Amino acid sequence: MMNIQTVAANTFREAVRDRVLYNLVFFALLMMGGAILVGQISIGIQQDVIVSLGLTAISVIGIFISIFLGVALVSREMDKRTLYALLAKPVRRWEFLLGKFFGLVMTLSVNTAAMAAGLYIALWTVKHPLMKSDAYILVAVYLILLKLALIVALALLFSCFTTPFLAILFTAGMYVAGLFAADLRTVHGVGLDPSALGFVRGISYLLPNFQNFDVMGAVVHGRGVPFVLVWQATLYAILYIAIVLMGAAVVFSRRNLK
Amino acid sequence: MGMPQDAIEIENLSKEYPHGFLHLKRKKSLENLTMRVEDGEVFGFLGPNGAGKSTTIKLLMRLIFPSAGTARILGKSIDDISMHNSIGYLPEQPYFYDYLTAYEVLDYFARFHGLPAGDRAARVQAMLKKVGLDTAKKIQLRKYSKGMLQRVGLAQAILHDPRVVVLDEPMSGLDPLGRREVRDIILELKREGRTVLFSTHVLSDAEMLCDRVGVIVGGRLRGTGAPGELVDVKAQGMEILFELYGAAGNLPLLAQATRTGERYRVQLPETELYQALDSLKAAGARILSVAQIKPTLEEYFMHLVEADRAQASAVEVSGK
Repeated sequence: MMNIQTVAANTFREAVRDRVLYNLVFFALLMMGGAILVGQISIGIQQDVIVSLGLTAISVIGIFISIFLGVALVSREMDKRTLYALLAKPVRRWEFLLGKFFGLVMTLSVNTAAMAAGLYIALWTVKHPLMKSDAYILVAVYLILLKLALIVALALLFSCFTTPFLAILFTAGMYVAGLFAADLRTVHGVGLDPSALGFVRGISYLLPNFQNFDVMGAVVHGRGVPFVLVWQATLYAILYIAIVLMGAAVVFSRRNLK
Repeated sequence: MGMPQDAIEIENLSKEYPHGFLHLKRKKSLENLTMRVEDGEVFGFLGPNGAGKSTTIKLLMRLIFPSAGTARILGKSIDDISMHNSIGYLPEQPYFYDYLTAYEVLDYFARFHGLPAGDRAARVQAMLKKVGLDTAKKIQLRKYSKGMLQRVGLAQAILHDPRVVVLDEPMSGLDPLGRREVRDIILELKREGRTVLFSTHVLSDAEMLCDRVGVIVGGRLRGTGAPGELVDVKAQGMEILFELYGAAGNLPLLAQATRTGERYRVQLPETELYQALDSLKAAGARILSVAQIKPTLEEYFMHLVEADRAQASAVEVSGK
């Protein structure tokens, strides 16, 4: 446990010193621009525009960080051979992987929390005071964070057995495919034979269903998010992440380091 | 007290890598290596680049996994994670997190050995001093020279007081001063009773430091023994150094001597030594030294490498 914590803390420190959090400046500028622009258009949709702009930016920036840094977590240590001295210490390879995973999730949490704070400030400038229903934005942010953790796990898995470039492609591909997982489940036979249809449906259940984490539509319009949905999404993310990380640990534990 | 235990025991260790486009071919980088490093000795692992030295060391550190064979360190299987508490390892051309300072990187590594915070700080400080980085401890490693990184590498390898220290090419890329410092550290480790296994292709380092060496060429161990022993096997001839002033007359020995001013150096078979000394004495020469001609470790080494190349090309020809 201590080993995982040590690796995680160092991963977080690396992200901070490599100036990953500088993306927050970009986000802040975007939110300021958005707020100024919104101030000049009609009053009714100000909140919608700010919230959807903010949540989209939180999601997109997070996805970029998750994919690129997620792949780099292990591949960079292997390329630069910083891993060699570490693995000669009493550290198991799966402990290293978990440490890396939690370190990046910690980084993303701080980053996402800062962006959420920025979003609330922008919202407050266009319509103060804030209302109780604005708290749902936090639920949307939480679900985005779960989604990001899942993407990190996938990036980690792919980077354990392929080149960084391919790992980025695979992770991005999985994300895009996962957005349509739910649609694939309900696909109707448009001239497809039943076995092909069964195959597509089967695949759709293996893909991570990223729609589980998307409540932006409801939140933008100030509607609530059912509690059970949050629970289900949380459980789904934890299980899926656990399986993916186990797979990554199995692959990585047998890997020869060049 | 029982028999002195072997610090490192390697049995029939082999490593093959798949290669070719579809990974269907296999290339052997280490073949049936069996070797022992005794407790408390400095063992030099010699071989040209690509001979299998790093492969062996990485196998011991579980960075790569063997195709066959086993190894034990201090009586424990290398699969046993607790073994890593008693060993220190310096990778070849070490590279550490360059966003950390030397102090931070050592503190980071020390945490994995479960040292309590107070001990850790004292230990890290002592190590920084030992490798001469005390004044540079607050500088990020991205600003370090190669020699300084090597010192950080050494410090992290011995940080936790390990009984066995494995150093992969510890002198590579260092200037003469740096090499000297690394040599001193290795000798100090020996004085402290630790076992040191280090790989090198610089033979003078091995001759100077090692109790025993193992020579590996083409993935196979070609011989182990004390540097002197290995070389003695092929010792041949004697060398006389003498001064001769004035007319030398018809001393036949001079025909085969090399002359520098009034000094002569002549090499001859041991059986002819006393006869030659008598004739030199008669001619009024002043004998300065008589020494056995020992081939250096380098010659021994080159002999093995050339034999290996000859064999490899013979295989290639017969394969065609």
